[in-house]
Amino acid sequence: MTDIGSSGEMGRQGAAEPGFSDFVQLLKPRVMSLVVFTALAGMIAAPVHLPPVSFFTAILFIALGAGASGALNMWWDADIDALMKRTARRPIPAGLIAPGEALGFGAALSAGSVIMLWLATNWVAAALLAFTIFFYVVVYSMGLKRLTPQNIVIGGAAGAFPPMVGWAAMTGSVSLEAFLMFAVIFMWTPPHFWALALFMKEDYSNAGVPMLTVTHGRKSTRRHVLVYTVLLVPVALALAFTPVGGPVYLTAAVVMNAGFVWGAWRIVMRDEVMAEADRYKVEKQVFSFSLLYLFVLFGAILVEAGLHSFGYGAL
Amino acid sequence: MALRAEHEIYRRRFSRNVGVGVVLGAFVLLSFLLTVEKVTHGDPMHALEGKGAVNPDGSAITAQPLVKDTN
Repeated sequence: MTDIGSSGEMGRQGAAEPGFSDFVQLLKPRVMSLVVFTALAGMIAAPVHLPPVSFFTAILFIALGAGASGALNMWWDADIDALMKRTARRPIPAGLIAPGEALGFGAALSAGSVIMLWLATNWVAAALLAFTIFFYVVVYSMGLKRLTPQNIVIGGAAGAFPPMVGWAAMTGSVSLEAFLMFAVIFMWTPPHFWALALFMKEDYSNAGVPMLTVTHGRKSTRRHVLVYTVLLVPVALALAFTPVGGPVYLTAAVVMNAGFVWGAWRIVMRDEVMAEADRYKVEKQVFSFSLLYLFVLFGAILVEAGLHSFGYGAL
Repeated sequence: MALRAEHEIYRRRFSRNVGVGVVLGAFVLLSFLLTVEKVTHGDPMHALEGKGAVNPDGSAITAQPLVKDTN
């Protein structure tokens, strides 16, 4: 793949001829799939309907907007990506795409996504998408990420916006339900990433990223995981008592929050000796569970939306 | 058997060109469908709300001359 990577064979600085799939990788497709899912939940849970092409256009460009911010993030973070095992194979550090190409691609796609979302739906959704991109690229990537161990806490807002953008695309406004969907992802992000940081410690310290594990130590990070998981519980449960919630969501939220808090408790009860002995088994389990947590909660919102359309649901 | 092995760069370039072509085609199709949907679902057609449009009572609004007749 990288046979002509950085040899300068093609007369370009640091990049070979990129294929189409390299640009797709630049969009962080796995993150995009999560964005599509949560934005879709926000759109389907909204009390109004959009015609099918507008609906499809909205979800497509919310996803592409998120992908564009991922491309801009990779452009900015190319230097530290090269130092981390988890990110060293990304297109820019791997020498497949030149940084300038990633910048141009990300900027053009960002502008195009915002304009298309505006044309397909309304200016509120487009403005929120633009703000999301700005927040992720400028506030998180350029600002917080390398400055403060609170990078994940505040930066988590960027990943929390998609359901709110989806809701705004449908209704043209933002309501309590949209805010609570935002808050669930916002509160979920820190324990999710800190669980990851606990078993990827070399990566972040090698790159000099001030993750909590690096600045405050691993014991403190374990405590933070538990605190934020507990703080997540009331936010997730509150959504059950809004018009987008209902018994299915409430059941899912109770079960999944109990599981998440139990996982966080197991993390806080361990020390590094125990974690290294079983190769961070519990931390990895909690990280995987956190992904399932979000999938189940937003899946339950979709189920509730289906039930509401048949006259069921709502507490 | 090929006389000359093709360098990987041509495969990458081809994949990129095909990808860009498909994406552009899809974008044109999407724009077309979106336009058709917007029009058929009765989105406001502001161009018809000015001079030359129909009055609320249904009578036609006669076009106004661009230059005033001073005679």
